[in-house]
Amino acid sequence: MTNSVIKTENLTKVFKVGFRGKSVAALKGLNLEVTEGEIFGFLGPNGAGKTTTIKILMGLIYPTTGKAWILNKEAADVEVKNRIGFLPEQPYFYDYLTSREFLRFYGQLFGLEGDELRTRMNNLLTLVGLEDAADLQLRKFSKGMLQRIGIAQALINQPDLIVLDEPMSGLDPIGRKEIRDIILRLKEDGKTVFFSTHIIPDVEMICDRVGMLMKGELVNVGRLNEIMDAKVKYVEIVARNVSKEMLAHMEAIGSSLYETCDHVSINVRDEDRVDSILQLIKDGKGSVVSVIPQRETLEEHFIKKIGGTS
Amino acid sequence: MKVLTIARNTFREAIRDKILYNLLFFALLMIAASLLLATLTVGEQSKIIIDIGLASINVFGALIAIFLGIGLIIKEIEKKTIYNILAKPVPRYQFLIGKYIGLLITILVNIVIMGAGLYIILILNELRWGHSIFDVNFDIWKAIYLIFIELMVITAIALMFSTFSSSSTLSAIFTIAAYIIGHLTEELKLIGDKVQDSLLKGPITFFYYFLPNLDNFNIKGRVVHRLDVPSSYIALVTVYGLFYVAVILLLSGVIFQRRDFK
Repeated sequence: MTNSVIKTENLTKVFKVGFRGKSVAALKGLNLEVTEGEIFGFLGPNGAGKTTTIKILMGLIYPTTGKAWILNKEAADVEVKNRIGFLPEQPYFYDYLTSREFLRFYGQLFGLEGDELRTRMNNLLTLVGLEDAADLQLRKFSKGMLQRIGIAQALINQPDLIVLDEPMSGLDPIGRKEIRDIILRLKEDGKTVFFSTHIIPDVEMICDRVGMLMKGELVNVGRLNEIMDAKVKYVEIVARNVSKEMLAHMEAIGSSLYETCDHVSINVRDEDRVDSILQLIKDGKGSVVSVIPQRETLEEHFIKKIGGTS
Repeated sequence: MKVLTIARNTFREAIRDKILYNLLFFALLMIAASLLLATLTVGEQSKIIIDIGLASINVFGALIAIFLGIGLIIKEIEKKTIYNILAKPVPRYQFLIGKYIGLLITILVNIVIMGAGLYIILILNELRWGHSIFDVNFDIWKAIYLIFIELMVITAIALMFSTFSSSSTLSAIFTIAAYIIGHLTEELKLIGDKVQDSLLKGPITFFYYFLPNLDNFNIKGRVVHRLDVPSSYIALVTVYGLFYVAVILLLSGVIFQRRDFK
């Protein structure tokens, strides 16, 4: 039996926009469940409603209809926030504070003080690699440093659930890897991590489960191998020394060809034909370099889904 | 405790804000300039100095209260710093009160600096005429105390506007209007009594009762002329001011609690 850490039921949010107060539904009946100890990737294009969902979970906005629970308490409950770590989308922080003042401020909001707070501050500065910038004002920080100090403040209360809104956006590959490592370490410590992103490879690398949000609706949710087509899309055969004649023959039986300087890559859609193609290569005195079955990537799946809804 | 954490941070933000030093500089300049003006008058120069000095403290104090007060919440929303605070275990009303107290401390520090400036000028003036420094009118501190109570009310009004408006300019205009009308409520009542048109009479009477009577806090005239200001009056006006502040903060809290932070 697993415990639900985040749960939403029929969550809907309608915003009034413009002078005339036109209604725009940012969320349409969202049902979502995140269980203890997992890394959950919340995926969706810009404007899908990811931040709206997170803001409802954090009690910053109220749902028009529906309910949201965190750790079995209502999302707007102030007490439950003692157990949550939150990093908002793009770190907007008081830039007149130094790293240390900044962490002390947030620690005090959790009622921490004295040696306990000092120890946690030092540990977190080490964790995110900002010991050298401990007395530097945040206005002098780079984007990556801001994101790291943002993660540090989200962990100051040693939360059970960590909610990160777009933690990797705007970071270089090294910065993204550092954030991924921190998230994985949190999972090892038994924490639940919920993060939104539109950077798909990050999700593929670290998430246990993903939810895909499009235009305010959850279009897919589950383990990566569940939601993506496990079926082989095509088999890619790379071969050498294949004669022109043979190539024409292969093309005729329904495969697409891409020639490079000395290799040819043959994509076979029909798995049953793979053996006959390999036979053809052999007969023509060619040599097979590799045979790789190609499955759908998350990115392709994602784009297919967007295409399907728009 | 969390209220104090937020108050301390608000104070820190305010003292790292340049606008504060500009206003303080001009206030002290005005107070110093009163010494020059006083030399142009015949008779009791200290009256002129006290008159101009207290008026400067009132006006510049109000400017600090209005401009920093409105920025309090609106800046938090514009810069999106509020998201991360309200996602912590901080009830919204505590955030609001913390911000309010932080600004009051800032204003108090500034008023005391301005008051000290005025006091020094008064001492210099007495010494210039060969008087004792004990001749300085100590009652100016009573007037400054009541100015502070007035600024508490103005700050609360500025805070209230900033809890629901997303435009600093509009909030500033509303608060300045409240400040000016608040000083004219006696006139408002007179006009209300004279006006026959019931369409006009209604709103005028409403404003008279709804807006604070800020002239209650003004004892400048009595202090200038060394007339006695009874302690009972000061106590009564303090209670009036605090009551008004409590009502406005309560109202702001209700509005703020329901607000969506998009």
